[in-house]
Amino acid sequence: MTVAAVSTENLKKDFKDTSVLKGVDLKVQRGEIFALLGSNGAGKTTTINILSTLLKPDSGSATVCGFDTVGEPERVREKISLTGQFAAVDGILTGRENLVLVARLRAVPNPTQVADSLLRQFGLADAARRRVDTYSGGMTRRLDIAMSLVGTPEVIFLDEPTTGLDPEGRLEVWKTVKKLADGGTTILLTTQYLDEAEQLADRIAILHDGRIIASGTLHELKRLFPPAKVEYIQKQPTLEEIFLAIVGTKAAEVDR
Amino acid sequence: MKSVRDTVILFGRSMRHIQRSPDTIITVAIMPIMFMLLFVYVFGGAIHAGTGNYVNYLLPGILLIAVATGISYTAVRIFTDTQKGIVARLHSMPVARSSVLWGHVLTSLVSNAISLVVIMLVAFVMGFRSSAYPTAWLAVAGILALFTLALTWLAVIPGLTAKTIDGASAFSYPLIFLPFISSAFVPTDTMPTPVRAFAEHQPVTAIVNTLRSLLGGQPAGTDIWTALAWCTGIAVVAYFFAMRAYKRVP
Repeated sequence: MTVAAVSTENLKKDFKDTSVLKGVDLKVQRGEIFALLGSNGAGKTTTINILSTLLKPDSGSATVCGFDTVGEPERVREKISLTGQFAAVDGILTGRENLVLVARLRAVPNPTQVADSLLRQFGLADAARRRVDTYSGGMTRRLDIAMSLVGTPEVIFLDEPTTGLDPEGRLEVWKTVKKLADGGTTILLTTQYLDEAEQLADRIAILHDGRIIASGTLHELKRLFPPAKVEYIQKQPTLEEIFLAIVGTKAAEVDR
Repeated sequence: MKSVRDTVILFGRSMRHIQRSPDTIITVAIMPIMFMLLFVYVFGGAIHAGTGNYVNYLLPGILLIAVATGISYTAVRIFTDTQKGIVARLHSMPVARSSVLWGHVLTSLVSNAISLVVIMLVAFVMGFRSSAYPTAWLAVAGILALFTLALTWLAVIPGLTAKTIDGASAFSYPLIFLPFISSAFVPTDTMPTPVRAFAEHQPVTAIVNTLRSLLGGQPAGTDIWTALAWCTGIAVVAYFFAMRAYKRVP
């Protein structure tokens, strides 16, 4: 039997008087995209912070690739990479310098080559020598994710990767996440958007008020509800579809 | 070994910040230089410091003001790194935890040293002369480095705990004004008793007197031990509280 990529058992965490996690059990298999779905304040970020060794749980245990996050944090840090809720990039450095910095800290051989190949992969080659201050939100997030890939970690935590992005930026990030998972990386992402979990995740867990109240594949979750009724309704385009259609045509025109 | 390596990498990163915005060195140097001009050319004629060369008398205090200004940038840099999640990112990576702060502390030592050299050059143009031997100069450099180190660790505390960026930088204002109530600009003899008591027993006076003696080619006497004790004491206490604050940072 192989060791799960991420596993938690009865994870509990209090902040002052409020208990944020009231016993969270999770199991993420290697190579899958796992979405932790929940509204604000459900405890998503706390869970991610415990898994990435930033916080210690009050009780319960968490392991990543078989290593305990409290007992062997150094081993865990070698396996993981965290992309936090807010893009943690150095605005004064260029995109390339940000990547080289992470590569050197991770002691990756050929830091500059690693940086250049990631810049190409994320469509940032043209902006490589510009200060990150000047990047758009979507570009910053792509760089942020690219920085998490330096040294090819086995498990990547993405905490609300699309919050605050415009629709195009969101699609960019989704494409990136799918590509990563195709490469065999395990991804645990948190989101408050239902469609994001539906689009990306192999399996979904719903975190509510510090507990996992449901988990499984999308198919399994759908079965928890009464069978679908067939109804005929007129399909109206959503504003997002309209926006993307118009902007898409404009972009295509500009390309020509 | 790993922590030294990581510290050097992170030091390189924040030195690049300074290189990109050299104003951090200029602004650190400019206010003390203004004070020096003001005191030498405006007030200087009316001040009887009991010495022929008032620039010589003034310079040590000016240098301390520069350091007190300079370290507020360290607080701001640490504050920004914490707020932007860069500290969290580093802590989730296989990076030695202590390196994250030491990178900033080393940057503070180097950038303050550059500011101090700039001020000394201006002072030289204004008539500063020293008859000190190289060993005395080494002692001056050592005391200034220790003083910078002590205040930098002090600056780490608001950097880690402040709620706003203004709060992170504002703590240095009282430090900047401490030299005014000391022997830095005028001898303490003429001050009213309570002020004089404060002035003679606060760290700046001992440090200023020591630097003045060393630069003047005089024996530093017991002041040097008081100065070293203050610097070491502040460094140790500030380091302790900075580490305590650092433990609470995720």
